[in-house]
Amino acid sequence: MKEKNPGTEENKGSSRRTFFKQSSAIAALALTPVSIVKASEKGLDEKIASAFEKMPLRVEINSKAYSLEVEPRVTLLDLLREQLHLTGTKKGCDHGQCGACTVHVDGRRVNSCLTLAVTTEGKKVITIEGLAKGEELHPVQQAFIQFDGFQCGYCTPGQIMSAVCCIREGHANDPDQVREFMSGNICRCGAYSNIVDAVMHAKKGGQQI
Amino acid sequence: MNPFDYKRVTTLKDAISAVKPAASVFLAGGTNLIDLMKRGVTAPETLVDINNLPYNKIEKTATGIRIGAMVHNSDASEHPLVTENFPLLSLALKSGASPQLRNMATTGGNMNQRTRCGYFYDTTMPCNKRSPGSGCSAIGGYTRMHAIFGTSEQCIAVHPSDMCVGLAALDATVTISNGKSEKKILFTDYHRLPGTDPSKDNILQKGELITAVDIPFNKLAKNAYYLKIRDRASYAFALVSVAAALDIQNGLIQSARLAMGGVAHKPWRLFEAENMLQGKRPTNDNFLSAANLAMTGAKSFGANQFKLKLAPNAILEALHLAAGKSAS
Repeated sequence: MKEKNPGTEENKGSSRRTFFKQSSAIAALALTPVSIVKASEKGLDEKIASAFEKMPLRVEINSKAYSLEVEPRVTLLDLLREQLHLTGTKKGCDHGQCGACTVHVDGRRVNSCLTLAVTTEGKKVITIEGLAKGEELHPVQQAFIQFDGFQCGYCTPGQIMSAVCCIREGHANDPDQVREFMSGNICRCGAYSNIVDAVMHAKKGGQQI
Repeated sequence: MNPFDYKRVTTLKDAISAVKPAASVFLAGGTNLIDLMKRGVTAPETLVDINNLPYNKIEKTATGIRIGAMVHNSDASEHPLVTENFPLLSLALKSGASPQLRNMATTGGNMNQRTRCGYFYDTTMPCNKRSPGSGCSAIGGYTRMHAIFGTSEQCIAVHPSDMCVGLAALDATVTISNGKSEKKILFTDYHRLPGTDPSKDNILQKGELITAVDIPFNKLAKNAYYLKIRDRASYAFALVSVAAALDIQNGLIQSARLAMGGVAHKPWRLFEAENMLQGKRPTNDNFLSAANLAMTGAKSFGANQFKLKLAPNAILEALHLAAGKSAS
């Protein structure tokens, strides 16, 4: 019964952890498919409960400190959208192929759909909601409006978050370089030429990006 | 995604002991693993997060450079020790994936990524790599992205990495630790051919961890090129890619390095073509001979027949682009 986690605190009778395990095991049994129920009948319920258990997560999102509890399998994207209701970050493909979910983690652009939320412990996350200063739009946001860098707008938060880093990384020196270093963001409306113009304009504008 | 346990480790010893149980795996950048878990291709019970292990530096050694296993692909591609000494690797890295994915992906993780064969990803289809003994759906199926070298009756998948093609060409070595001792093996011996066990992509054993990749200094930096042919201008896996590097002195090729991606279950080093070029002039005729020699034993499977023509043309083009750099 304990073979998977020898020596962890569950063997020492931590009551809070045991409670979590039991309660989540009951929820698991009530909500999960036959295969898992069968697994629990084989005495694996402890393991299942352990896997469903939430972990503490301390993370700073858009300059605000959060102390959260998340299941290990929750992605940063789902944490932002479902738990914190920061729905500016979009779910496109959910498989790292489209870039709609791009956010900054410790200043680097990443795909939040492939980032487990628990791996952002102690880190700083910036989403599209955290880019503007109050009512004042970020220069890249302003440039996307000025150059019509979108049609339906669904990929736009990811495009803008990616573009900000593209400029900061020094990869926006000419249109070809912008195209290459923005290639992780797909726009099915095909607003690419305007997006390139917007990024080049923001770069040349000389404002703090 | 299946529920799983998550363990964060900070030392090699803890990492090795945490990954010992059968259904435990390491989590590095996660760009491939999380995707595979979402699709149900793999369902580990425990993820051991190794992102806090201290293998995140690129250092100069007595004989070359050492890239830590946890160095991100984007950082490696721009590091002066890489761009100045091994521009081939920088080009290969930058041609892979997207800036976002390169920010997440690590050196060790990139080496251990799985094939992008559509049948491996489709859990409703037989696949000897995903489910040993179930059969290969690619053979007789749609094979545009599949291998032409080193295939077996059980698997014709390709290794998808660009970085690995560059490292294979550059005579890199891999350092592997089991927590007690280290071993070093040639990069070209790390990945394996499918043979009768396609489920194994490489020689890494359970309880082992890649800690670093070493690249020896060479004289190939001036004449190096990574040519990647793909269905989009960027952000797509290679149909065929070629890493080419030449040491040209007094108009003669002193030594050559050639490796291909998108054509085999492992980065495909072209030793015979390299040997043929040694001592020759960098001419179109010699490059063509090398390209034709490199194609010995190539075999297509239907829709990937075009690779039999594309591959030698790509080798020829890559050699010209590598050689052309010295003209200035």
